[in-house]
Formats: sequence, structure tokens, C-alpha cells
Amino acid sequence: MASRSCLAANDWICAEYVRSRSGELADATLQHLGIAVSSVLLGLLLAFPLALLAYRWKAASGPVLGLTTVLYTVPSLAMFALLLPVFGLSAAVVVAGLVLYSLTVLVRNILAGLESVPRDVREVAQGMGYGQRQLLFGVELPLMLPALMAGVRIAMVSAISLTTVGAIVGHGGLGNLIYSGMDSLFKAQVLTASAICVALAVSADLLLLVVQRALTPWARHRARAGKAG
Amino acid sequence: MGTFTAAWDWLTSGANWTGAGGAGQRLGEHLVLTVLSMGCAVLLALPLALWLGHVGRGGTLAINVSNVGRAVPTFAVLVLLALSPLGPYGELTTVIALVLFAIPPLLTNAYVGLREADRDVVEAARGMGMSGWQVLRRVELPLAFPLIMTGVRSATVQVVATATLAALAGGGGLGRIITAGFNTYDTAQVAAGAALVAALALVVEGVLVLLSKLTDPMRGRTRPGRGGGASTAGPSDGAGAGTDGEAADRPRKTADAV
Repeated sequence: MASRSCLAANDWICAEYVRSRSGELADATLQHLGIAVSSVLLGLLLAFPLALLAYRWKAASGPVLGLTTVLYTVPSLAMFALLLPVFGLSAAVVVAGLVLYSLTVLVRNILAGLESVPRDVREVAQGMGYGQRQLLFGVELPLMLPALMAGVRIAMVSAISLTTVGAIVGHGGLGNLIYSGMDSLFKAQVLTASAICVALAVSADLLLLVVQRALTPWARHRARAGKAG
Repeated sequence: MGTFTAAWDWLTSGANWTGAGGAGQRLGEHLVLTVLSMGCAVLLALPLALWLGHVGRGGTLAINVSNVGRAVPTFAVLVLLALSPLGPYGELTTVIALVLFAIPPLLTNAYVGLREADRDVVEAARGMGMSGWQVLRRVELPLAFPLIMTGVRSATVQVVATATLAALAGGGGLGRIITAGFNTYDTAQVAAGAALVAALALVVEGVLVLLSKLTDPMRGRTRPGRGGGASTAGPSDGAGAGTDGEAADRPRKTADAV
């Protein structure tokens, strides 16, 4: 009886809500993750050629950086509303908007990573007969991983947080629950969905940090050596 | 292209600007929201960041608060506040949400700026017998000024863009033009609203760049610095996010190494 009453009393924290709507919550969480992860992955696929273009061909770097920065000043609300006629009422609207936002951070960080590769290292690789592609994947990519991963982490956390705004087109994952909870003044639903959203973002960030450490074991050695020396 | 001309027509017809709920009123609301929240955020964040940076404590907090801030959806905060006992007070909830949103980047940039002030210069100032307050006011603050202003700038631009979300939770501002256009399937109006927000963001950015040039305590003098002013101050080409991202990146990497 006591646990029933928290739904009726419209409490902020309500275990009964979590129990009775666990299916709905799980669906929203999955949709949320799906949208955020696919948009960062697509963003990476797009950001790489753009950053390479800006790096190899200096004339392109101004327009590329300028364009991706301007994209970021478009408010998310308007971004989704404007993409709606292009993609129709589907999750693609939200994914496309988030891809465009992620480009700002990703292109900048990939470019910064490429520029951080020491010239000596590049010359040594070329002297050893590395071709353009071997140089990129064998030398530049590993060396730029820290900058790249820092960008991916920011992009992922922002994407998870911004997915909620997708509720305006009905595809906002947990944002849908927040939005409908606002209309029906359902406090438990709003708080639970918000909390899951923050938890998702924080765990994604930590997970990516672990991935980054695993991918760049040398960075930790160097940090330790630096501290000792 | 049709959308652009239609949006232009929307923006240039006077009827859309006047009266209750017109673009003029919404623009005013948006500006008031931005100024109020940035004012509060600066008053709260900068003194704390300067003190933390001066005594060299709380670095993990000052740096990671940005990451945590990014993880909290502003939309969720707006709705949570709207349902809270503060809900009936209308714009107050929007201002609180925006202040919470603006504090992290301000805190991180100001802290990093102060810590990156050339330690040799700071030591020299101490050696000359300056008190802690004098060191902060006359050495660290002038050296950290560009990065602090970069933080203020990027936070303000983000607040301008994010204040549109208030419309989703029933608040005012330019977001109302976007949601109204969205609800009536008026793409031209949505685009016009978006253009207004972006234009406001760019104008605000420009004003702040000018302001920081005029108020720079080291105006006309060269900043002694490791790696030169440009790299510490962050790229000057970007509005908003990029600058924030880059300024926040470096400390994160060092934080990871620790």
C-alpha cells in the first residue's frame, strides 16, 4: 500500500514507477543510446575526411572550421525543426542534427591531433618508405589518438545530453519521457528519465576513457616516467 | 533555397515584429534572460575560480565540473525546475537553469587561465614582497585575462543558443518563435527564429570580443608566456563550442595523466 501511494502522491522518487514502467524506461534508454551512438559514429566518419582535407590542403581549413563552428550556433530546437522537412518524422532527424553538432568538436580535435604529430616522426616514417596511407594509419592515427578520443568523449556526452531535445520531433529517447512527464506533471517520470540520462552520459564518458587508456598504453608509461624523472 | 527567401520575407515583414509575442518582444526577453543568467553565473563562478586558481586547490573539481555540466541535459533541468515549487515563478526557473549551464565552462576556463599564468612571474612577484591579493590582482589576473574572457565568451554564446530551450518548458525568448513555427508547420518561421538566435549569438560574441580588447589590463603590452598568447588564449576564430572544447581538452589530458 505504501509503495502504491507514491504514484498517487506524485512523489519525485518512486520505486513503484521504476518497477511498473521498467519496459518503457528500457525502450527509451535503448532508443536514446542508439541515437547518440550512431550519430557520433557517423560524425566520426564524416569528420575524418573533413579534417584530413583541412590538414592536407590549407586553403580548405578556414571554410571547414568556419562551417562546422557556425553549425554549432544553430539552436538544437531549430536544428531538429529545420531538418524535419528533409528527413520526415523519424529518428533520422535527430541523428542528422547530432551528427552536424558533433562535427564541430570532432573536426577540431582530429585536426589538432594531426598537427600534434612531430615532424621528425613523420619524416622518419617517410624515410623508412612509408606511403601516404601507411603513414596515416601506422603513425599519425596512433599518435593522434589522445586528441581524437578527447573529442569523441566530448561529442558523445554532448550527444547523449542533446538527444533529449529530440523529444520535439517525438524521437528523443528519454527526452520523450521528460517531455510527456512535463505535460502531465508526472514528477517521478521526469526525474527518473533525467537521472538515467545523466548516468548514461557519465558511464559513456568513463567507458571511452577506459578505451582510450587501452588503446594508448604508452601514454601511461610516459606519464609515470615523467613523474619519476 | 525557398526556405531562405521565405525566412527572409518573415524577418522583413514588420507585422511579425510588433505586438505581444512578436519578434521584438521575444528578442528582448531573450536578451534579458541571457544578461541576467550570465551576470549571475559570472558573479558566482569567477570569484570561486580565481580563488581556487590562486591557492592552487580544487583543480580536479574545477576541471571536471565542465564534463559533469555537459552530461546534464539543460532540457531536463528546465523541466525539473518547472515542476518544482519554483515552477510558478516563470522566468526564474529558466534563469536558474541557464546559470547552472553557464557556470562549468566559466569555472574551468578561469581556473585553467590562472594556473597557466607563468609561474616564474608569479614567483618573482612573491619575491618582490607582493601580498597574495596583490599577486592575484596585479599579476595572475592580467595574465589569465584572455582565457577568462574566452570562457565568458563561449559560455555567453552557448547561453544564447540554449535559452531557446526555455520555450519547450513554456518560457519566453526567441525559442517561442521556433516552437510556434514548428507547431503550425511554418518552416519559414522556424528558419527565421533560428537565424535570429544565430545572429544574436554572433553579435554578442562580437561585442564581447570588443569589450575584452578594451578592458584587457595588459592592453598594448606583450604577455610573457609559455607557448605564446595565441595557444593559451585558445583559437580566436571560433564562436562558442570549439573554443570551449579545446580549452577544456588540455586540462582533461593532464587530469587523466595524474
